[in-house]
Amino acid sequence: MTTNKTDVIIVGAGVAGVAAGITLARAGKKVVIVERGSYAGAKNMFGGAIYDYPTRDLYPEFREQAPIERVNKTHKYMINDDNTSVTLSFNNEKSETSYTVIRAKWDKWCVERAVELGAYYSPMTVVRELIVKDGKVVGIKTDEEEFYADIVILADGANSLLAKQIGLRKNLKDCENAIGVKEVISLPKEVIEERFNLSPEGGCVTEIIGAPMKGITGLGFMYTNKNSVSIGLGVNLDELKKHKLTPNELLNKLKEHPSIAPLIKDGELLEYSAHLIPEGGFNAMPKLYGDGVMVVGDAGMLVNNVHWEGTNLAMMSGMLAAQTAIEALNKNDFSSKMLSLYEKKFKETSFYKDMRTYKDAVKIVHNNAYSFLWFYPQKINEFFEMFTESGYVPRRSLYKRFIKNFIKKRNIKGLIKDAINFARLFFGVLK
Amino acid sequence: MEYKSTDEKLQTVKSSPDIVSHLVPNTEDCRKCENKSCQYVCPAGVYEWTDWDNRMLVKFENCLECGACRVACDKQSLVWKYPKSGYGITYKQG
Repeated sequence: MTTNKTDVIIVGAGVAGVAAGITLARAGKKVVIVERGSYAGAKNMFGGAIYDYPTRDLYPEFREQAPIERVNKTHKYMINDDNTSVTLSFNNEKSETSYTVIRAKWDKWCVERAVELGAYYSPMTVVRELIVKDGKVVGIKTDEEEFYADIVILADGANSLLAKQIGLRKNLKDCENAIGVKEVISLPKEVIEERFNLSPEGGCVTEIIGAPMKGITGLGFMYTNKNSVSIGLGVNLDELKKHKLTPNELLNKLKEHPSIAPLIKDGELLEYSAHLIPEGGFNAMPKLYGDGVMVVGDAGMLVNNVHWEGTNLAMMSGMLAAQTAIEALNKNDFSSKMLSLYEKKFKETSFYKDMRTYKDAVKIVHNNAYSFLWFYPQKINEFFEMFTESGYVPRRSLYKRFIKNFIKKRNIKGLIKDAINFARLFFGVLK
Repeated sequence: MEYKSTDEKLQTVKSSPDIVSHLVPNTEDCRKCENKSCQYVCPAGVYEWTDWDNRMLVKFENCLECGACRVACDKQSLVWKYPKSGYGITYKQG
């Protein structure tokens, strides 16, 4: 047992696992990172962006050396009706908050840094179960062998079968999970910069509500990479069941929207991908530790479901779990009580506090999907359609007709209900 | 941009499928299942109910390993595993 035992085993070389791995390696601990894909990032997919904080804490040199696609300097919010859209755009050329990356390149780069610092990395290794002795996690069982450690960190992603095995996670509910689908569409660099109005290094993040997901809890997204555009959407599983829709159908419709189609015109599909998003948020977060084990990233359902952030929570949780592991190793105490320190630390972060801030937000929107994600997006579009039209009908008549129609369609009762829910949403966030 | 079917899109994903399925539905449960939600939530069109055979056809070689079917299974009886080491998808653009 001495030859195949290490200090810490990390299951999964995604952003959370490698954050834990590099932190442990830096402290001189013996750490093994196990990954089921043929390379780190091979099984991973996200929108997506990584964030300066806490990336810089983990990889101080990343800005100069890591494979970054673009620095997100423009954020757009699109509210769609079937054929029209209202877009709000914010631009800050000085922004250095988030970056687009391609996971196959980014995750690989990160794990290489961890290996440089002494972490042992084993790709193409599927962990089938945790070895539990007297209620304590002591190792892993792969397709080929058993391997032991003082602590096992579960960074095995949204499905985390291992957290489920030891009872930290229960069966997932479909309303707490979304499916993300994405197409990466190749376009020349100059074309992307022209279409999205970008500086040579700059990037644009677009979030899309409304059509083609009218009344459906879901969000469309577009991210610009160096030589490609990522377009996709995330939609709650229970919505697909209810409306008998497939995510690919919705994505095709999103791409065909008249305000979106020109942006990706003549592009070539490089890759289609899908991933589960554990967006249950604060209310779905499981206990993040047990005897000899900690859970990080998507495996711990650490996702900010309003801002669609995940990689920053993943990195932070991985780093904090590793810091706790270092203390535990120094004290030779791997009890659940000792490792609970990790959850305590995580609960002090801005990320956890944000999860708490939005704990009911998605539920309120989900329960009022018709009004929040259909009626109002449609009315906003109709308002601008009316406002920008010039014709023989005097504007005052148009306004009166719009208001009359607005009240008639939603009726007083509905409007009061919406006002109450909006207030609940608003004060839920601020209280 | 031209419309692409799921199958056409899947051709862009590098994949080395195993010869045995890592997804095993419980046929008895499928027969009783009213919604057969796996057919809708799957981004890769893996599941297709076949009336003539009275069972769920599982095109596991198309699987993107996301787990949506596992979560959505109304009977919670789908056996869902990761493909063996070296098998399944390899994303290059995730």
